[in-house]
Amino acid sequence: MNKLTISLSPHIHSGGSINRCMWNVVIAMMPALAVALWTFGLPALWVTLVSVTSCLLAEWVITKYMFHRPSTLANGSALITGILLAFNLPSILPWWMVVIGAIVAIGIGKMSFGGLGCNIWNPALVGRVFLLLSFPAAMTTWPSGVESGYDAATGASQQADASSGATLLTHLNNGETSFADYNFLDMAIGQMNGSLGEVGGLAILIGLLYLLITKTITWHIPVSVIASAAFFSWVLGGNPVLDIFAGGLLLGAVFMATDYVTSPMTHKGQLVFGFMIGCITIIIRRFGAYPEGMSFAILLMNSFVPLINRYCKPAIFGEKERRKMA
Amino acid sequence: MKTFKKGGVHPPEKKTTNNCPVVEMPVPDELRIMLSQCIGVPAKPIVKPGDSVACGQMIAEAGGFVSAPVHSPVNGTVKKIEPTRTPQGIWQDSIVIETDKENPVSFPTPRSDGEVNDLSPDDIISIVGDCGIVGLGGATFPTRVKLSVPKGKTAEFVLINGAECEPCLTCDDALMRRDADKIVKGTLLIMKATGAKAGMIGIEENKPEAIKSMSDAAGKYSNLDVVTLKKKYPQGGEKQLIYAITGRTVPAGSLPIETGCIVDNVATAYAVYDAVYNRRPLTERILTVTGPEVPNPGNFLVKNGTSLLEIMKFAGGVPEDTGKIIAGGPMMGRAVSSLESSATKGLSGLVVLPESTSLRKPEGPCIRCGRCVSVCPMGLEPYLLMLQADVKRWDDMSQSGVLNCLECGCCTYSCPANRPLLDMIKLGKQELRKIK
Amino acid sequence: MIIGISILVLGVIGVIAAIILFIAAKRFYVYEDPKIGEIEELLPGANCGGCGFSGCHAFAVECASAKSMDGLVCTGVNSEGMKKIADIVGLTPVANQRKVAIIKCSASCENRDPRNHYDGVRSCAIEASLYQGESDCIYGCLGCGDCVAACPFGAMQLNEGEELPHVDLDKCTGCGKCVEACPRNLCELSPIYSDRPIVWVACANRDRGPVAMKECGVACIGCTKCRKVCPNEAPDIKSFIAHIDQEKCISCGECIKACPRHTIKSTADPISAD
Repeated sequence: MNKLTISLSPHIHSGGSINRCMWNVVIAMMPALAVALWTFGLPALWVTLVSVTSCLLAEWVITKYMFHRPSTLANGSALITGILLAFNLPSILPWWMVVIGAIVAIGIGKMSFGGLGCNIWNPALVGRVFLLLSFPAAMTTWPSGVESGYDAATGASQQADASSGATLLTHLNNGETSFADYNFLDMAIGQMNGSLGEVGGLAILIGLLYLLITKTITWHIPVSVIASAAFFSWVLGGNPVLDIFAGGLLLGAVFMATDYVTSPMTHKGQLVFGFMIGCITIIIRRFGAYPEGMSFAILLMNSFVPLINRYCKPAIFGEKERRKMA
Repeated sequence: MKTFKKGGVHPPEKKTTNNCPVVEMPVPDELRIMLSQCIGVPAKPIVKPGDSVACGQMIAEAGGFVSAPVHSPVNGTVKKIEPTRTPQGIWQDSIVIETDKENPVSFPTPRSDGEVNDLSPDDIISIVGDCGIVGLGGATFPTRVKLSVPKGKTAEFVLINGAECEPCLTCDDALMRRDADKIVKGTLLIMKATGAKAGMIGIEENKPEAIKSMSDAAGKYSNLDVVTLKKKYPQGGEKQLIYAITGRTVPAGSLPIETGCIVDNVATAYAVYDAVYNRRPLTERILTVTGPEVPNPGNFLVKNGTSLLEIMKFAGGVPEDTGKIIAGGPMMGRAVSSLESSATKGLSGLVVLPESTSLRKPEGPCIRCGRCVSVCPMGLEPYLLMLQADVKRWDDMSQSGVLNCLECGCCTYSCPANRPLLDMIKLGKQELRKIK
Repeated sequence: MIIGISILVLGVIGVIAAIILFIAAKRFYVYEDPKIGEIEELLPGANCGGCGFSGCHAFAVECASAKSMDGLVCTGVNSEGMKKIADIVGLTPVANQRKVAIIKCSASCENRDPRNHYDGVRSCAIEASLYQGESDCIYGCLGCGDCVAACPFGAMQLNEGEELPHVDLDKCTGCGKCVEACPRNLCELSPIYSDRPIVWVACANRDRGPVAMKECGVACIGCTKCRKVCPNEAPDIKSFIAHIDQEKCISCGECIKACPRHTIKSTADPISAD
C-alpha cells in the first residue's frame, strides 16, 4: 500500500475545469466565425489570425517575462479574447491596428490587473474601444460590396455602400433609412455589413444553444440583455427585431456580457446586469453619437459588477425566518 | 417529487453495493472500543483491566450531558485501557477487550408489545440514553438529548432520514430493505418519546426497493408517510430534508425543533427499536465498504471497536492501488490516515479511492463563474468567504454568514478552478470558534 | 473679455472652496498630542501587538498619556529606542527583557518519516484540525509555515527540503505572533541572557518513550540522561518530555552532549540584548 493521501472533504470533484469552460466558449464561437468567413471572405480570416496570434503572443510574453509564471495559454482565455476581438473589428482593418488592439486587450485589459480572473473589464472590448477611439475612421469603414442588410431601398444608402460600406445601424443613426427597409432573413444569416462576428445572428444563437446545453453559462445574462433591449427599443418607438439582429447586440449578449470574470456572481445580479446593458445599448443607439452602443454598455456595466455583487447577494437559507423570530 | 430548493449538486452515485445484502462480520479476537464516540464529552470507563464483561454490558458511562455511554459488543475480558489512534491518527483513550469465543452470547428477553406500550415517553428517552444511542448519520449527536424536546417547544413531525444522498454509501439502503418493519416501529417510538403526531420517512428516488419495503411497512400506520425525494445532494442535510419534506425553513442559527421537526437517521430509528424492544444497546452498525478496487465490497454488520484493517481484510484486503481511504462518504467523509484505528458508532462506510482519483488537481485562479454561489444550499458566497479567509478577515466572514455553512462541499466539488473553498471556509469557522 | 470672465468665475470658485475648506478644517479639527507622532516615528510600524496593544499607534497613544513606563515595552525597538521614547514623554524607561522565539521541534524531513501525504491548502491550522500530520508524531511541526507567514519582522523561514522553521535571532523581537499562529504550540518565547546562549529541548512529544522513538528520529523519549549529567538539575522531565529550567541552566552544554536523541539545541552564542 502506498502512502495514504489526506485532504479535507469533499474527496470527489465534478471534473469541470477552467480549460473546459473556455474551450466550450471557443467551440460555441465557431459557427459565427464560419459565417464571418463566408460573408467577408479571406480578409476576415486574416484579421482573425492576426488578432489570435497577437493575443496569444502578448499573453505568453507577459506571463513569462513579467510575471515569471508558467504559461497560461492552454486555458484558452487568450484565444477567446483573440477571437472576440476579431469579431469586433471590420474585416478590412489594417493588420497593425489589429495587433495594437490585441496588445491593449491582453496587456492592459487583462494582464495589468493580474491575469485571468482579476480583470474588471472584458479584455476584448477594452481592445475594441481603444481602437475605436484611436482610429475612428478605420474602425467604421466597412468593406464595400457586401450587402448592407436592407435591399437597396433608398438611393442615398446605395451611394454610401459604393463608397465605403456602412452598417445598417449607421444608416439608421443618420436617419437615411426607416425600419421598414430591412430584410430580416438576410440579417439573420449574415448577409449584412458590420464587424466580423456580429453579422451571423443565427450562428450566434446556435453558439448560445451550445453554451446552454453544456451548462457553460446560464440563460440569465443573454436573455435579460435581449429582452431588455427589445423592450426599450419598443418603448422608444424602434423595431425590436431590428435592434436585436442589427449590430453587435447578439454577439455582446451571448459572448461578451457572459464573460465569467466580468459579470456578476448571482443569478439575481446577472439579471440586473443584463437588463442595464440592454437599456444602455438602446439609449446610446437612439440618442448617442455612435450608431453602436453594445461595447460601451457592457464596459459600463462591467464597472458596476462589484457594486451589483455587493447588493445582489443570495438570500441565506433561513435568514428571513431568523429575522422574523427575533 | 419533492426536494430542497436552493443549490445542490448531482455527483455520480457509484452505489455499486446497493444490491448487496447485509453480511455479518465475524467477531474479531480483539476490540478496541473508543471512549469518544459521539459529539460532546467522551465517556468515562467503569471497568478495570482484568474485568470480564458480558455482551451488552455498559463499560463506560456518559461523561456529561452531551455524551453517551459505551457498551461491550461481546463477552470477553478487559485487557487494558490505553490510547488508540483515531482514523485521523490522534491518540484517544480506548478500552481493549479480548473476545471470549467459548461463552455463547445470551440475549436478554425482548419486551413484548404490551410492555412497550406501557412505557412512558420519559422511559423511552431514558432507555435510549442508557443504550448509548447516537445519531448514526455521521454527526453522532446523542439521541437522548435530541429526543428531549426543550420546554416551550413542541414536536409536530418526526422525519426519518433515508435520503442517503452521499455517493457510494448504501448502508441505510441495505438496512431499509432488510428491516423496514423495525425502522417503522423505531419511528413510532421516537414519535411517542417526542409527542409528535406524524412521522415521515424521506427516501431518494434512486432506492426503489427501499421505498417499496418502507411503504409496505409504514402503510399499516395512518400517521406514517414515506416521501419519495428527488435525487440531489445534500438532501440528507437536516435543514434541507426538513425543507424538502415539510416545506418549512429552519431559521438560520436555530435547531430543527424551531420548525416542530425532529430529524433522525433510519439507522438511529432501528437502534431505538433494538434498544426498546430487544433491550440491546448500540454495539454494532451496518457500514458500507466500497471502492472500484475493493475485491469484495458490501454492506457489513460490524461490531463497535473492530479494527479498520480487519474490516478491510473482510472486504478482501486493502487493494494495491489505494490512494485514499475515506471514513464516511466521499462528499463529507474524513480521510483516514491510519488503519490501526477502530470502528465507532458514527462510521457509516469506508470508501477506498484509487491513487489516480485521490489527488486534487492543481488550483487555478478564481474566474468568478459563480458556480459555488449557485450550488450552495445555504445561500452563501463561498468565493467571497475564501477571499476573506485568505486575508484573515474572520469578522467579515462571520458577517457573510459563514457559520451557516453545513460543510457539504458542493462549492469545492463544482469549482472549475479546483479551488479549496471548503478548506478555507472551515479554517474561518475554526478561527471564529476560537475567538468566541 | 471671455478670458476675463473665466478667470473671474474660477477665481470666485477657488475662494469659496478655500473658505469651505478653512471652515471644515477648523470645525473638524481633532487635537492630537504631537508626542504621539514622534513616538510612532521610533516604532517599527509592524503592528505586531507584542506590546499588548492593538498596534503601534495605540501603543504610542498609551505612552504619550502614561504616568510611568511600567508595562510599556515595545519588543520591536532596542533599549536605546525605548530610552528615546521615554525621553519624549519625560519618564524613565523600564529595562526591556528581550525575548526571542524558540521552536520546540527539531524534526526536519529526514527525521520524521511521512506516513501519509497531505493534499490541500498549505496551512498548519487546517492540517492540524484535520488529522495528526504527515508523520506519526501528533505533537510536532507540520511544516506549512503558519509561523513564517505570521512573523511581521521576516525573522522566520522554512528551509527547502527541511520544512522546519528557523528563527533569525537578530531579527526576532519576541512579539509572540508565531506563538499565536502555531496550532501545535511549538513556538515559545525565551528570555535571553547576556552571558550565555539559550539551551532548550527542541521537542514536544508527550508520548511514552518507545512510542516516541518509533514516531520520530529526534523525539525526546524522557530518558532523564540530561538531568543526570546536569550540574544544576535544570532539565525537568514531565510526561515523557524534558524541559530545561532557564533559571537554573548555566549553558554548560553537558546535556547536549549526553542526549542520545540529539534533541537538545542551543543558540550559537549569547544573544545581544539589542
